[in-house]
Amino acid sequence: MRLTIRSKGADPRSAGLVADAHALGLTAVTDIDVADVVFFADDLPHDHLAELEAVLVDPLLQTGTWEVPTDGIETALLPGVTDPAANAVQLAMQTVGLPDVAVATGKHYGIAGVLTTVERQAIARRLLANQVIERWEPAPIEPHFIDAHATADRTVDHITVTTLTDDELLALSRERGLSLDLAELQAIAEYSRGVGREPTDVELETLAQTWSEHCSHKTFRARITTRNADGSEGGEITPLLKQLRDCTDRIDAPFVVSSFVGNAGIVRYSPGVTLAVKAETHNHPSAIEPFGGSNTGVGGVIRDVMGAAHHPIAVTDILCFGPTDLPADQLPDGVLHPRLIESGVIAGVADYGNKIGLPNVAGAVIYDPGYIANPLVYAGCIGIAADTPELPGPQPGDLVVVIGGRTGRDGLRGATFSSATMDATTGDVAGASVQIGDPIVEKLVIDAMAECHGLYTAVTDCGAGGLSSAVGEMAEGVGADVDVTLAPLKYPGLRPWEIWLSEAQERMVFAVPPTHWAAMRSVCDRHGVEAVSLGTFTGDGLLRVRAGDLTVLELDTHFLHDGRPQRSMTAQLPQPSRDAELPPVCVDPTRALLMLLAHPNIASKERVVRRYDHEIRGATVVRPLVGEHHDGHADGVVIAQPADQHGFAVGIGVNPWFGVHDPERMAHSVIDEAIRNVVAVGGDPDMVCLLDNFSWGDPRRESTLGELVMAVQGCCDAALAHVAPFVSGKDSLNNEYLGSDGQRHAVPPTLVITALAHVPDASVTVTPDLKQAGNVLVQVGTTAVEFAGSHYAMIRQLDGGAVPAPVAGAHALYQRVHRALRTGRVRACHDLSEGGLGVALAEMAIGGRLGVDIERVPHTDLATALWSESNGRFVCELEPDDLAWFAETVGDVTVLGMVTAEPSFCMPGIEVSVDELVAAFKGAHR
Amino acid sequence: MSRPKAVVLAAPGTNRDHDVSFALDLAGAEPRIVLLAELLAHPDLLREAQMLVVAGGFSYADALGAGRMWSLELSHGVGDALTGFVAVGKPVIGICNGFQVLTGTGLLPGALGHNASGHFQCEWVGLEAPASRCIWTRDLEPFECPIAHGEGRYVHPDPTALAAAGQVALRYVGHNPNGSVGDIAGVCDESGVVLGLMPHPENHVLARQHPRRGRGTAGAMGLPLFEQGVRHAEEQ
Repeated sequence: MRLTIRSKGADPRSAGLVADAHALGLTAVTDIDVADVVFFADDLPHDHLAELEAVLVDPLLQTGTWEVPTDGIETALLPGVTDPAANAVQLAMQTVGLPDVAVATGKHYGIAGVLTTVERQAIARRLLANQVIERWEPAPIEPHFIDAHATADRTVDHITVTTLTDDELLALSRERGLSLDLAELQAIAEYSRGVGREPTDVELETLAQTWSEHCSHKTFRARITTRNADGSEGGEITPLLKQLRDCTDRIDAPFVVSSFVGNAGIVRYSPGVTLAVKAETHNHPSAIEPFGGSNTGVGGVIRDVMGAAHHPIAVTDILCFGPTDLPADQLPDGVLHPRLIESGVIAGVADYGNKIGLPNVAGAVIYDPGYIANPLVYAGCIGIAADTPELPGPQPGDLVVVIGGRTGRDGLRGATFSSATMDATTGDVAGASVQIGDPIVEKLVIDAMAECHGLYTAVTDCGAGGLSSAVGEMAEGVGADVDVTLAPLKYPGLRPWEIWLSEAQERMVFAVPPTHWAAMRSVCDRHGVEAVSLGTFTGDGLLRVRAGDLTVLELDTHFLHDGRPQRSMTAQLPQPSRDAELPPVCVDPTRALLMLLAHPNIASKERVVRRYDHEIRGATVVRPLVGEHHDGHADGVVIAQPADQHGFAVGIGVNPWFGVHDPERMAHSVIDEAIRNVVAVGGDPDMVCLLDNFSWGDPRRESTLGELVMAVQGCCDAALAHVAPFVSGKDSLNNEYLGSDGQRHAVPPTLVITALAHVPDASVTVTPDLKQAGNVLVQVGTTAVEFAGSHYAMIRQLDGGAVPAPVAGAHALYQRVHRALRTGRVRACHDLSEGGLGVALAEMAIGGRLGVDIERVPHTDLATALWSESNGRFVCELEPDDLAWFAETVGDVTVLGMVTAEPSFCMPGIEVSVDELVAAFKGAHR
Repeated sequence: MSRPKAVVLAAPGTNRDHDVSFALDLAGAEPRIVLLAELLAHPDLLREAQMLVVAGGFSYADALGAGRMWSLELSHGVGDALTGFVAVGKPVIGICNGFQVLTGTGLLPGALGHNASGHFQCEWVGLEAPASRCIWTRDLEPFECPIAHGEGRYVHPDPTALAAAGQVALRYVGHNPNGSVGDIAGVCDESGVVLGLMPHPENHVLARQHPRRGRGTAGAMGLPLFEQGVRHAEEQ
């Protein structure tokens, strides 16, 4: 039997669905009515129905009916997909004393409008049911209930590899989706010959996960030989990861506690307190199931910080989508429309962060046709901890303890999936790769962990590869013996390899000395967190996995972690144009300014930012939205714990348009931008650490690898120039899509830099909104003719030119700017980035709802002065009496003009009201 | 004089318990976060307290509707103890999810539906306290604080009668963010000791928490609301 629950009045989901249907070209849709359906496996006695209805239906808000509909379309979850709503209904029934029956949930849709059956089916297929997790049928649908009596299949297969030819090995890798190359397969065959037996399915899958690009960073560790643009050999270079690490070593910053090891980078900016910081991508999962993909991306990076034994306090997100106005007929086969990807991803990010109770404080949303088939979703997390000695690591005899969520078939083979190129069938075959998040479980794990200090010797999260990666990594060198059948399961019937490799979310693995196990279990009990011991760390260096008495895996951890042959690769270096360029002609600067403000990359992101709770914890001192009407964009954000005087600033740099032209200068520029963003709000440029997150195309294409090599070069140069060490990073390669046209589509080279800076005094922070009429505006830094990849070039469809060059002396300049900002006398400060000085001043005027009167611009050529995106620049607002002091303190200052009470924006070539600027900035792209 | 003991109740998914504890501490109370399971096992914890706070968050992920599961557990587990707490005049406040829970238990009138926008919203709002029975908002100056909710649209069949009964404790000023009837942001019970509100005064208890503090146009803090509650608890 089934209960259908409908909102009184319009359901909030309806309007969005109708708009989405229209965007797909189905404009005849006039309304889509949405109702929730709860299915019960057994009939309930009649007198229970009213009681159940009282529990599930709020009479002021909803109506409920037990009748079975005969029209409309219904959706239900596919078998094996976690159904948290059903679990909640069961819990409620138990609480009020109703009988225990199996429950499932679904949705009922009534589509209004003159539509053919084919059109209705198209709406169901493309809009209502995400076929990766749901199926649809004309009403009434019959749900699947979880089979509570399935029996576990404990068989284990041995896979023949020792006698296979090279071609047969490659065929095996393809058939099983292992994403391994020939040298790696040969290494496995040789190891197997050495131990005198064929590998089990569990061993082969474990090796594939551990050796995946996602987990082992084959490209960043590869031996790379370069070839110059003119075809000459360039020789072998230092592996990319080592270059980044060497750079951190050379900087040798005293505040770096831990870099490039463990789950997150760790810094100490204030005595007694450390911060952990990490950013991750979740690109492929978000492409096929935007909500679940981004949702678990946030959950995963939060666990990274927990895995560094820090308490999460804030999250960030950087999202890259295709144009949301893409005509439906230009959408490649098997690809979700960017509009649906955007709304699903944003809802997924919001859901996890809001529910777990972490402020989402910083980020970016950018749009480019290069992201149509392969959106990018970066999620970051920052955590805090009392400065305690480093954990010793697992000791022989320690228990292998798993706490948190239960294990199901979620996300099987996620690491190998994310390391492969997607094609038009990916959405169908990758169903099992989708992970389902439960932020409340992770919240409880955070709460429990906060009381577990001193009870464990090591911790890591279960991410890609599940237990195989987590236990495998912890067991490195020491060895472990675990029984996977001891893991609590969501439902019975999982085979051993499924338990071992499941990417079920919200699980953490600990090494717990037996003497502390009771205490740890009691903390977990108190918080309602399941905790089990699967086995012990042994000391024999072997990883042994059992299903009861049956050994399903026995691998030397040295082979597992160090046995992968180093990849050899060739990079074709690009030769970007860096010639001196002629400035473009700008006929109508006012129109250009309005076009730039309305450009999706520059326009207001308020509609996204407000979906995220950025207030919780009461620590967000400079918010992502600032100004008189809280609708101007801040450069960076500042977080300070309510009881602390000091805090930290977070800034983001990303610019794929520079990347397309000149990856090396792009890398330098985005690092400069991320650092400018933290300096502009009050961060100390002498205490900045960086995260690098690369999303790139297939590095086996020599030109793609060449672009990566040059980007890493730019990263290292910029980090050294700014004395800002990298503390962690992650690369997501193979962001390509094989279209049904047979062509490969790669994302633009997208490097996201996160800068985390110390803020010595959180009560002295600065925002970019103009504060007071009569104040003076100055530009700090120098403008050059640099238009390649600029947004002005984009709106004018200009080609050529050079990407902004690194600015010599930028670090010293930022030190002087910081010295000025620390006094509290600088009233506003804004970094110059996309759209140059023109857009920066307009954003300041919008934030303060004040006018400007600019008499002088910092370049003889007007277009260059207004729109060039040169590095190393800020605009600052000062009281007139402070001008001389500021010029003397900072140097390299150009006086531009004044802030005016009258809300008009006047500068050479431009005269427009601030209202019109606001309308352009906020009106477009709704 | 000792500080009044405040029980800050947290269910699985409650996430502003620490924020409100910080505010209560500043306001002069002695807050203690009590997990729902602990309260259900030891209802006496309530008897030892002078104040009760049902904190904000997403209890049980709001999977049955905001606050529904938590209110079922409270009603079925400690319903009598809760009614008794209110009957002796001890102050109770439910913030955001806590407000949703208190309407679910019947301690407060009305219900909270999905925002008119159809989605979660985080923004700052202006609030004023009309003359009412509510002991928490007595003599309260207009103040500003953030909202952070998806289901905050207050619904009541007769808002005029509710106002006439002195149970409308807080209204949005300037901008109604979620479509609440009569701009109602908070209501109290007939006795005036139980307040439910959607906004988060606990996130504006320090001057530097206001987004316009750098502009010299910051609104008043939410701290006095907690101070009123503490004062009332002290008088009991």
